[in-house]
Amino acid sequence: MDLTMMVEAAVVLSSGLKLTLTLTALALAAGFILSVPLAFVRAFARPALSLSVLAYTYVFRGTPMLVQLFLVYYGLGQIEAVRTSIFWVVLRDPFWCALLTFSLNSAAHTTEILCRGLQSVPKGMTEAAAALGLKRFQTARLVTFPIAFRISLPAYGNEVVGMIKGSSLASTVTLLEVTGMARQMVSTTFAPYEIFIVAGAIYLLLTSIAVKITQVLELHLATDGKSSLRRRTRLKTALPGATTP
Amino acid sequence: MNGFVSQFAGALLITAGLALVSGFVGTSVGLLLAIAKHTHTSRMVGLITAYTTVVRGVPELVIILLIYFGGTALASAIAGRYVEVNAFTAGVIALSVVFSGYATEVFRGAIAAIPAGQAEAAKSLGLSAWQRWLLVVAPQMWRLALPAYGNLWISLFKDTALVSIIGLTDVMRVAFVGAGSMRAPLSFYLAASALYLSLTTVTLLSIRLAERRYPALGR
Repeated sequence: MDLTMMVEAAVVLSSGLKLTLTLTALALAAGFILSVPLAFVRAFARPALSLSVLAYTYVFRGTPMLVQLFLVYYGLGQIEAVRTSIFWVVLRDPFWCALLTFSLNSAAHTTEILCRGLQSVPKGMTEAAAALGLKRFQTARLVTFPIAFRISLPAYGNEVVGMIKGSSLASTVTLLEVTGMARQMVSTTFAPYEIFIVAGAIYLLLTSIAVKITQVLELHLATDGKSSLRRRTRLKTALPGATTP
Repeated sequence: MNGFVSQFAGALLITAGLALVSGFVGTSVGLLLAIAKHTHTSRMVGLITAYTTVVRGVPELVIILLIYFGGTALASAIAGRYVEVNAFTAGVIALSVVFSGYATEVFRGAIAAIPAGQAEAAKSLGLSAWQRWLLVVAPQMWRLALPAYGNLWISLFKDTALVSIIGLTDVMRVAFVGAGSMRAPLSFYLAASALYLSLTTVTLLSIRLAERRYPALGR
């Protein structure tokens, strides 16, 4: 173990942190936006529609993300129509290929997670919403989805961790995120222990932060007696400030 | 093209072999760690928790690269000349480490879900520690762990594709080489996807069958 090498590695690898975080955050955001309507279709739509969403999630969850990435990065260029289309500007670029793959993959996982959450929302809740005169979209937006999201949160936390780890695959299509930087540095210095351990530590830090945020969010969104009490006390102290604007 | 069919067949055996060996090693280590976590002192528990946290928080790719290149550096330092670690061995070690990290947590959760009265009753009947674990805890634990344990196997089959990056001629590697030499990446990666999808489908069906055959007791 060479400590100065590890410090040097930490400095070099940190420069890849921005790309890792960008890829992860954008893929998670795109995946989430895509998965919300898909989850509703998967959970409540007619069998034909629900099964076509299942086909999408099944294929994306059943094959390695590395294969999907190579399929997009190397495979799509084989189709003449893609090469001549305007999308080629985007699909030629490894960053957009990685982002597209990660987003589609994350959307497939998130769809199944949210679908399970949607299906476990008690039927009485939606019936109560209907009895109150809420329209179907309002029920979905104000009742079903918030409850389903709270149920899905622990599983979604795992998906966030999985995406942080999965972003390391971007290094296989020449992107220089944390793993890409590490591989490049190892090939010039040949100090695999120091550099890969530092890379692992960086990922461990990121995933630990993600786990912590999920736990805090879970506590915050919990509806058991303790937290509603806390919310009420907070409301009282916030009241004087609320009069100022 | 026919040459690639036989290459894919051989590669499929390597992929399946890699997953099976890593899965069994990982299961054994995971079981031992879960039992140790259940029975041992707090320092031991802390060590095991640290192990599972680190393994589950670091990308599989980084673990594979660390063991392959780190192993090569270590072997070279010991031998005094350049020695390259076999990619299959490095893959088995790396994937076993990953699998054991997750399996420990799955088994620990299942053991914790068995009511404490079960082991206490077994103890009061005069069963030895071995008998308690084998006859009372294991049959209940394994049924509770089955769904989550099955998911680990599906992830494992997908993770084997990462070992192609360090040069193992598995399905992914054959697809990569074929895609380059035949200039048909789309067809080769689609073929690879189909092979991986069939592997995960077979795994999924086996788990469903096992779940039906061994449902959780007393529910």
